[in-house]
Order: sequence, then C-alpha cells, then structure tokens
Amino acid sequence: MSGMLSAGLRLRETGLSPRWTLILCGLLLAAAIAGPFVLYPVFLMKALCFALFACAFNLLIGYVGLLSFGHAAFMGSASYITAHVVKVWGFEPLAGILAGTAVALLLGAVFGWLAIRRQGIYFAMITLALAQMIFFVALQVKFTGGEDGIQAVPRGRLLGVIDLSDTFVMYYFVLVIFLIGYAAIYRTIHSPFGQVLKAIRENEPRAISLGYRTDRYKLLAFILSATLAGLAGSTKSLVFQLASLTDVQWQMSGEVVLMTLIGGLGTVFGPVVGAFIDVTMENYLAQYGSWVTVMQGVIFVICVLTFRRGVVGEIIYLAQRASIGRSQAPPPSAAAQAAPGE
Amino acid sequence: MLSFLPHFALPPTPALFAQLLIGLINGAFYAMLSLGLAVIFGMLNIINFTHGAQYMLGAFCAWLALNYLGIGYWPALILAPLAVAAAGIVLERLFLRHIYRLDHLYGLLLTFGLALIIEGVFRQYYGSSGQPYSIPSELNGAHDLGFMFLPNYRAWVILASLAVCIGTWFLIERTRLGAYLRAATENPVLVQAFGINVPRMVTLTYGFGAALAAFAGVLAAPIYQVSPLMGSNIIVVVFAVVVIGGMGSILGAVASGFVLGVIEGLTKVFYPEASNTVIFVVMAIVLLAKPAGFFGRAA
Repeated sequence: MSGMLSAGLRLRETGLSPRWTLILCGLLLAAAIAGPFVLYPVFLMKALCFALFACAFNLLIGYVGLLSFGHAAFMGSASYITAHVVKVWGFEPLAGILAGTAVALLLGAVFGWLAIRRQGIYFAMITLALAQMIFFVALQVKFTGGEDGIQAVPRGRLLGVIDLSDTFVMYYFVLVIFLIGYAAIYRTIHSPFGQVLKAIRENEPRAISLGYRTDRYKLLAFILSATLAGLAGSTKSLVFQLASLTDVQWQMSGEVVLMTLIGGLGTVFGPVVGAFIDVTMENYLAQYGSWVTVMQGVIFVICVLTFRRGVVGEIIYLAQRASIGRSQAPPPSAAAQAAPGE
Repeated sequence: MLSFLPHFALPPTPALFAQLLIGLINGAFYAMLSLGLAVIFGMLNIINFTHGAQYMLGAFCAWLALNYLGIGYWPALILAPLAVAAAGIVLERLFLRHIYRLDHLYGLLLTFGLALIIEGVFRQYYGSSGQPYSIPSELNGAHDLGFMFLPNYRAWVILASLAVCIGTWFLIERTRLGAYLRAATENPVLVQAFGINVPRMVTLTYGFGAALAAFAGVLAAPIYQVSPLMGSNIIVVVFAVVVIGGMGSILGAVASGFVLGVIEGLTKVFYPEASNTVIFVVMAIVLLAKPAGFFGRAA
C-alpha cells in the first residue's frame, strides 16, 4: 500500500503551533455559524452532508489505506431508511437519523466482513460490486419507491420541540451533526486505535508481527466509516426531504472518492474542502448536463497525474517546506519529504 | 419479503432453454471483458476501469460507421476494435505510463476518470437512450433445434466470443510473443535486459485489451441497444466476475464469465427478482469460501 500513501500522507498534519491551530479552528467555526447569512443555506447544508460523507470515506482510504468504491451503499440505504421511518412511520427526525445510521452500521459490518478478505484493488472491486447489489435491491424493493424515490419527507420537530422546517434551524442542526461526526473522526485518528490503523496502512505484515490483529482493526474502521457515511446520508435525506436512487448509485461512490482526492487523501480537513469544491462545481455546472461528469473525469485525471496531495495536502506540504527552509535544519525525514514530490 | 420466496415449479422447457441461451450470451460478454481486464492487469498492473467505456466505444464506432459512412457490420467488426485500440494506445502513452510506479489504486482512479470523460461526452451528444443497430442480413433468421429456436445471430456471438477467447489464450500461452509477455509480467527488468522493448509491449497490450472490449461492443450492438451507459452497466458485473475468477489465469477468466452468465440466466427462470443481484451474491459466497477466487493467485 505504501505507494498510495507516499502521496503526502506521511506529512505531519499541520505545521501550525497549537495557538494558531486554535485560532484557525475558531475562525472556521465562526464562518460556519455566520455561513447561512451570507450563502444559500441549502447549498451549505448539502456541502456539509457531503463533507461528512467524504471525511468518513477518508477515514478508510487515508488512514487505513483501503479504497472503498461502494460508500454510496451506506449513504443511500441510510437515507432511504430515515426517509421511510420519518415519513411512513411518523417518527421524529432524530430517531429517523439514528435508525438510518444504525442500518448503515449493520450494512458496514457485513460489507466489511466480506471485503477485508482481500486487499488493494480487489477490495475496491468487491465494495463496488456489493454496493451495486444494494442499488438493485433499492430499485426493486417496494418501500424505496423505485425511480421516484421517497419524496416529500417531512423534517418534523426535533425531539418534538424544535421545528426543523425552518431553514436556519435546520442548518444549525446539520452543522451540529457534522461537528459531532467530524469530532468522532478526529478523535479516532488521534487515538491509540488510530495509530494502529496508520501502522496497518504503512506496513500491514509488520503490524501483524507486532501482535495486532489487523483484520479486527480494519473491520472496526470500516464499520465506523460506514456508520458516519450513513449519518451523512440520513441527514441529507432530511435536508432535501428526498431519498432517491442517486444516493445509492456507483456514481456517488465515485464522487466521494473525487472529493477526497481534490481535498487531500489522509488529511483531516481535506475532504471538507474537497466536498465544498465539488458541490460548488456541481451547482455552477448543473445547467450544462453531462459536462459535469466530463469535468469530474478531467479533475480525476489531473489529480491523479499531477496533484496527488490535494488542496490541503499541498498547503501543508508547502508550509512545511517553508518552515524547514526558515529553520535551516535538515528535514526530519528526507525520504518521506521527497516521496510525495515524485 | 415473503412474496419474494421462489416458487419452484419447473418452467416449460422452451423458456428454460431461452433463458439459458440469454445466459450464455451474457456470459460470452462477461468472458470477453474479464479476459481483457485480466490481460491488461497482468501486464500493466492496472485495473482498467475504462474497459466498459471502450466496450461502449466499440459499439458506437460500429453505429457511427453505419450511419455516417455506410460501413456495415462485418467491416466494423474489424475496424472498430482497431480504432479503439489506437485510442487506447494514445491513452496509455499520454496518461497511464506516468503512474506505473505508483500504487495500483491510482491506476483504478485514473482509468475511472477517463471512463467518466468518455461516457459524459457520449451522454451529452446521444442522451441515455439506446440507438438500434440491426442484425446483419446474413445472420437473420433462426434454426429450429427441436427443443427451441436458436437465432442465428446469437449462435454467431457465442462462436465468435469462444474463438476470440481461445485465440487469446493460444496467443499468450502457446506463442513466442506470449512467452515474452508472460516473462515481462514476471520480471520486466530482466526481459528488458534481454533486449526486448518492454514499454512497447505494455503499450500494445493495452491496445489489445481495448480492442477486445471494442470487439465485444460491436458484437453486442445488435443484441443490446447502443447506449452511452451500456459500458458502465456491465463493467461492475464484470468486476464481480473477476473477483470470483481471480485474474491469475486466462482460462479462469473465460470460464467464470460463461458460468456466471449461465447462473444469471437460470436465476431469471427460477427466481427473476434476484437475477440482477445473483452474481454479487455468488461473489460474496466465493469470498467466504475461497477468498483468493477460483483461479486467482493471492493478491
């Protein structure tokens, strides 16, 4: 797997001091809170849902080195379940989200259990095939509404009190969900568990020889990633009041790969940036029909050929190089620094 | 869910054989496409996600040639694979050769991007609906085999795909060129040291794989309609076939293609609701029982 990772993942997360990190986080949070007063709230909510989706995906590719090409299955099935539970069973929205997320968790457990038997490209193909199976199930099962999907899903009252049909209220609800998911991912990456994941990414046989049961770690990471992708899907179905086949299609699995790639594989904040870029692009190019697909393909090609660090990865890389240049100190690990430039 | 339970009444024989035939036809396409994937993977270590798009390009080349140049089916059967192979060689020289040093996953992502571009362009100009392509007049009609009618064109597809698969197997396993190819797969540096131009062999292999996909596309044009989405619809299934068969052996890819096509056809008879998903279910079972696939080397 080391090739995938030499694309900039060995860089330290940021070259920033704790104080600057805190200031930057504060600024971003302020921007997120002020966001709906400046930008169209539904656009922001869509971007936040996709950002969470991409972060969940990145947990696997960036920190365990597993490329899942089937994450649409988790997003899509969670959004169907939430839509059904809220609309047909009349549950309140939080229960709906929990139900959808729980289904994604179970699905993730089954998929992960099957897929971690193989590595590398086979893993990607297996997840893609399993997700396609979910697509066909969604197409045929009655409750999903086939081509129409589940429409006019009520947002309802959160815990029976807070009215989510108000766009601003809904936005802050989505923001809180995003922050919870993001915090979960951040904690995972920076925990001892996350360190083991990174060890597996770098050298799985070695991690095994050190006594780690890597399959368990991989499965757990897969389930976590699937669950959070489901959380994103459940939330999205409430935002758009719609669950449709778009969310389970393989194109969606490809899109989340793209977002993560643009933002930077294996960077904590990269997928968020990538998701915003992708959603913005889709918004502006929506009128041009299939050219959106072409454009996404072009970006894929450019990213793979020349821009493998992604936006955030590139910024971190440049910042580190600058700080190394200033201190005149020899680079901490010359090989690791040189590899991403290859 | 109970309404989903199969009712195991034996269907009338003609229906059974008809579905078996459809299964064989689908299997022929799975076989040709997974063969191309295996050939490309063996040499380039890349899973060619563009394969579906190249299959679609083959069908579209035939359709465009017929409608704009008046070139019929038989010349198209040769010309379309050549054209797609040429395009494939350009792709390899321009893009793929830059990423051989990187992780395999980048190859998957790059060819995925290329597939999106090709598909998007065709969808923009031809929409998502299919264009009809008629069966060549020589192959119209059907034979009565006593227990069923066998349309001539379908018989031709099965024979042609078998010929292509066996020919490819012979080329790779029984000729000098194939021996070079297999040697270069094992140890490219050493083979290069013997004075064989390995990069050119890699390029030609990719062209050959693309041509296989295009040939399958031309064969498919009269059966399925010619549509920009035909490639991406089939490629995911072919991936599952490749996971089941493993990419270690040519005959393995061909055999699992045909067998899975037949399994799919039979599912359509006994339990039609599952016919879309049965190959994925088989894949899951194979993963449990034999994680490396039936003919695969451990990956």
